[in-house]
Amino acid sequence: MSAPVRLRPADALRVMSVGLRSRPLRAALSGLGIAIGTAAIVAILGLSASSQAGLLAEIDRLGTNLLTVEAGQRLTGGPAELPPEAPARIAHLDDVQRVAHAALLPDARVYRSPMIPASATGGLQVRAASLDLPAVLGTGLARGLWLDAATARVPVAVLGADAATRLGIERIDQRQRIWLGDQWFAVVGVLRPSPLAPEIDVSALVGYPTAERRLGYVRVVRGTAQAGPASSIYARTATGREATVQARLARTANPEVPSETNVSQPSDVLTARAAAAGAFDGLLLGLGAVALVVGAVGVANTMIVSVLERRSEIGLRRALGATRRQVRAQFLGEAVLLAVLGGVAGVLAGTAATVAYAAARGWSVVLPVEAWAGGIGAAIAIGAVAGLVPAVRAARLPPAAALRTA
Amino acid sequence: MTGSAVLELEEVTKVYGERSDRSPVPALRGVSFAVRAGELVAIVGPSGSGKSTLLHVMGTLERPSSGVVRIDGVDAAGLDDRALSQLRALRIGFVFQRFFLSEHATVRENVADGLLYAGVPAVERRRRAEEALDRVGLADRAGSTPPQLSGGQRQRVAIARALVGRPAVVLADEPTGNLDSATGAAIMALLHELHADGATILVITHDPALAERLPRRIRMLDGRVAADSGDPRAPRDPEGRRGREGRPSDDPGGTGAAT
Repeated sequence: MSAPVRLRPADALRVMSVGLRSRPLRAALSGLGIAIGTAAIVAILGLSASSQAGLLAEIDRLGTNLLTVEAGQRLTGGPAELPPEAPARIAHLDDVQRVAHAALLPDARVYRSPMIPASATGGLQVRAASLDLPAVLGTGLARGLWLDAATARVPVAVLGADAATRLGIERIDQRQRIWLGDQWFAVVGVLRPSPLAPEIDVSALVGYPTAERRLGYVRVVRGTAQAGPASSIYARTATGREATVQARLARTANPEVPSETNVSQPSDVLTARAAAAGAFDGLLLGLGAVALVVGAVGVANTMIVSVLERRSEIGLRRALGATRRQVRAQFLGEAVLLAVLGGVAGVLAGTAATVAYAAARGWSVVLPVEAWAGGIGAAIAIGAVAGLVPAVRAARLPPAAALRTA
Repeated sequence: MTGSAVLELEEVTKVYGERSDRSPVPALRGVSFAVRAGELVAIVGPSGSGKSTLLHVMGTLERPSSGVVRIDGVDAAGLDDRALSQLRALRIGFVFQRFFLSEHATVRENVADGLLYAGVPAVERRRRAEEALDRVGLADRAGSTPPQLSGGQRQRVAIARALVGRPAVVLADEPTGNLDSATGAAIMALLHELHADGATILVITHDPALAERLPRRIRMLDGRVAADSGDPRAPRDPEGRRGREGRPSDDPGGTGAAT
């Protein structure tokens, strides 16, 4: 006898898909579990990668070269102050490109109107700001105007993003005003969120001259009254020189007691957040895996029923010359096909979910290769495992019995 | 081609349940006969006579407990599953009482599937399916699906599928069992026609009247050949009959009223 023939790939595919084509609804339902599991896994991996990419893009935009110097604690307890000349000294450092600063006015409060109870501060603070603050922080105006040399001298305030929301300032117009330090201030602008300096978001910002003259933020230095010292100094450094500058900042800002200043790199927080976003949620991933297992059981169940129902087809194929191996391959192939169709549908659904969510959040879509390749690979493996027992059963069915009983 | 034995059985027995605890059930108790190329044979017997088992053994779908089955000169006993499958794919055609057609495939595809496991390319399968459909008078229904056909037409499709590989022998198991008598008669007329064209056909039936109209009848009873009317052409061709090993005519079990 000549050697038994192998089916050509097109024929094999046609034979494997007989069950799917003759009962499409059943095939769809049994593939659904795998589709849901794959979709969940792909979406979780895609979303965590995309949100990480979104944060990294934000870090890129804001720059990692911003260093912050803040007044710390005195050794003897109580808040320390930075020397008034600290910003100017830092600006003279090599590798420092721009410096801005802000001073927390500890005694000033801001309210929507004088009618608001004094205790309802809404967690808002008042800060005096140097005029280049938004530029150095990498933020900008959402609405209205920033302070300038003229408005820094009059009762005018610009609100941080959260402060504007909490005070209910939605539009900027002539009559928009707030009750700040027991007097009316006009609101001329609202800043965009400032991830590198979140304290600015909850602040009402005024000019230093205004803080000095109207809010009592005064220090007497060498016999003359002037605005009080900055509490935070923001310095942009040359790229790659952050560590060098950081090492010198404390001594530069407060040469007498460097230990009373805190120096930090705020982008570190964002970087840590990005790393956390990239670490996908294990619980959700586990749920996806459970859905996959349930899907596998569904496919196995469908295949077992299919083998029972299709005894006559098995008998006929054996009569037409199919070997046991070919019958086994047919049912194994059908299970894999079923699972792969489910897997492909799941990958598409998971991708669609990722794209939709990333678009809504303004992230670029990142779909890790391991997400979709792993999804389809897992589907193939699941199909093979789920189809193995039914396929072996089909192949072992004696042809005469298959033809008789069907 | 006429004259050589395409199907030979020598002292074939089949016992079910040999390995189980219950008492074994013998289905075939020593069956011998030979069918030569171009014959049209009825295997007739009441239910339980062993004719279905005989069909499966002849079709190599079941192995005999003892004895020899030769298809087209090949001893089936020495073949493994792959070789047996290949034997079925190339040399045996089956027609079943319940047709066993795929309802979701066209008539043409159903017939072409008769060649699926014989290694014939798809284009060639379709061409030969058209030919076979033409032979059974259904050339115009190639694109239909089985549910659109009558019972008689479906059995014609099944016959075309059995013929499409030009097998050495066609085994038809109660081919008219699911059909009314007029349709059944038409199917038998078709088998006669195909026989006239040279096909070797065995018809397994419980219907003595149907068997009566076939040239040769082998009557089964209790797992044995109760009667064999013999090859009607044999007297006119004694050399051919004895030429191949000479056994069928010498064997009393094959020539008739052995019991």
